[in-house]
Amino acid sequence: MKRALPLVGLHVLVALPWLPLGPARLYILHVVILILIWSVVGTAWSLMGRFGLVSLGHGAFLGVGAYTTVLLWNFWGVPPWIGTPLAVAAACFLALVLGYPCFRFRVVGHYFALVTLALGEVIRLLIIAERDWTGGSLGVTLKDAGAGAVNLVALQFADRRVFYFIALGVWLAGLLVWRWVDRSMTRSALEAIGEDETAAASVGIPVTRFKLKITLLSATLTAVGGVLYGQYVTYLDPGTLAGIGVSLRIVFAVVLGGMYTLLGPTVGTALTIALAEYLRVAFGVRFLGMAETIYGLALILIIIFLPAGLYGGLRELWRARPRPLAAATPPVRPA
Amino acid sequence: MLSLQNVSKTFGGFRALLRVSLEVREGEFLGLIGPNGSGKTTLFNCVSGVFPPSEGSVRLRGEAIDGLTPDVICHRGIARTFQIPRPFRKLSILENVALAAHFGHPTRESDAQARARARDVLRLIGLPADPEARPGLLGAAGLKKLELARALATGPALLLADEPLGGLDPEEMRQTADTLRRIRDEMGVTVVWVEHIMATLMRLVDRVVVLDHGEKIAEGSPRAVAEDLRVIEAYLGEKIALE
Repeated sequence: MKRALPLVGLHVLVALPWLPLGPARLYILHVVILILIWSVVGTAWSLMGRFGLVSLGHGAFLGVGAYTTVLLWNFWGVPPWIGTPLAVAAACFLALVLGYPCFRFRVVGHYFALVTLALGEVIRLLIIAERDWTGGSLGVTLKDAGAGAVNLVALQFADRRVFYFIALGVWLAGLLVWRWVDRSMTRSALEAIGEDETAAASVGIPVTRFKLKITLLSATLTAVGGVLYGQYVTYLDPGTLAGIGVSLRIVFAVVLGGMYTLLGPTVGTALTIALAEYLRVAFGVRFLGMAETIYGLALILIIIFLPAGLYGGLRELWRARPRPLAAATPPVRPA
Repeated sequence: MLSLQNVSKTFGGFRALLRVSLEVREGEFLGLIGPNGSGKTTLFNCVSGVFPPSEGSVRLRGEAIDGLTPDVICHRGIARTFQIPRPFRKLSILENVALAAHFGHPTRESDAQARARARDVLRLIGLPADPEARPGLLGAAGLKKLELARALATGPALLLADEPLGGLDPEEMRQTADTLRRIRDEMGVTVVWVEHIMATLMRLVDRVVVLDHGEKIAEGSPRAVAEDLRVIEAYLGEKIALE
C-alpha cells in the first residue's frame, strides 16, 4: 500500500495528457505544467529553507536562469542545450558571490534573509536597467525558431505534451535530488549547522563549505526551473522572474505545503497556483484584490495551525492518529 | 604535545588571556583551574579554533594550529566539550554521536562504520544507543555525557573537557570522573580538564595549571598547587585537604 501510492500517482501523471479531461484539456495541461515548473523551484528553495537558510531572493537565480538562456538564443542563436549549463553556471556564480561572504562571516538568520532579499531586487533592477538587452520592464519574448512544430535544437514545441513530459522529468529529478540530500549524512550535518554552527564545527563539520554546497545545489535547480519557464512561456518580464514578488511567492508556496517533506513544496505550489487560478476565474475583474486577500488569509491560518505546512502537518496528524493498543511503544528511558 | 606560547586574547579593551604559555605532555591528565572569568574557556576557544588568539602561537605536535578553523583543528585531533551542553536537538542521540564519528576524521568513515563506532562510544559513556532517543530525553547529567560522547567520537588525541561535572549529583560526578580517567588510561587520549570541583579534580589529575585574570599564576603537582599561597588567595580561599 505504502509503495503502491507513489506508483499509482506517477502513472496518473504520465497518462494525464491522454485522459479525457473535456474541453478544458489544454488549459488543465497548461496549469499542471506551470505547477511542475514552480514545484521544481519550490523544492529547490526548500533544500535551503529546511536548514534555516531562509532565502528571500530566489527570484535572482530564477531570473538569471531564464534570462541567460533566452538572451543567448535571441542574440546569438545559442541553443538552450548550451544555454542551460551557462545559465546554471551564472546562477552558481551568483550563489557563490552571495554565499561565500555571508557564510564566511556568519551572516545568519534574519540578516541572511535580508541580504538575499536585496540580491533579488538587485537582479530585478539590473534587468530593468539593461533594457537594450532585456527589454526592461516591458519584458522580452523568446525568438521563434520557426522550422515546424517540434524544434529539438531550440527546445521549442507547438505540442504542449512534449513540454509536459520535460517538466515532469525535471520535477522528478528535483525530487530525487531532495531525497538524496534527505537520506545522506549531509542532511544531519546541515541540520546540526542550522541548530548550532559552533558545535557543528567542533565535531569536524566544514560549516562554510556545506552551506555553500547546498546553496549552489539550490541555485542550480532554481536556475533550471527558470530555464524551463522561459522555454515554455516564451515571454519573460522582471516582475515575474526576479525581485521580491516572485521570491516571496516561492517562499509562501513552500511554507504552505511544508518544507520538511518531499512533496510539501509541490503540494504548496499546486495549491497556490490552483487557488490563484480559481480565484482569478471566479472573481475576474470584480472585487480586485479579493484573490490576494483569500490567499493571504489561508496562509496565515495554515502558519498558525499547521506550522509544518499543509502536507507536512496533515501527514503528522495521520501518523499520530490513535492506533490499537498493541502498536503503542513504551517511552525510551536513558540508561 | 600541545604547546601555547605567549597566547593573549583581547575583546575590545578587555584582556581575557595575557601571555599564557603552557605545555601539555603526551598522555597527560592536566587540570586547568581558576576563578570564574579567569580565561579557562577562552583558552579552550583559542585552542579549538572558535576564535584565533590575538597574539602568540598554538602548536600541536610542533605544527602551528592557531588561525585554523574549528573543523580543521578537530581533524588534527583536538576535540572539546562545551560547558553548557550544545546538543543537536533535532537529531537523535545516536545521530549526534554518529555525525561526530563521520565528520571528525579527515578521511570520512562510511555511514555504517560511523554508526557502529557511535554505538561503541555511547556504550562506553553509558548512554542509550536507541536510534530514536532524542537529547530532549536526557537530564543535565545525560547532556554532559553526550558532550563527552560526541567529542570522543571524533577520535581525538587531545580532549578539552570544559566542566564535565558541573551540575551533576555526587554519584553522577563519580561516574563521569571515572569515565574521564578511563578515556586517558584505556584509550590513551591526552586530557585537559577544566573544573570547579576541586576535591575530585585534584585527586585524579597529574598536574594542575591555575589561571587568574587571564594570567597563569601557578602550575605543578596537585599538592604543590594546593599549597601555593597565590592560588589560595586568588581562588581556593583556604587550604584544601588532599588525602
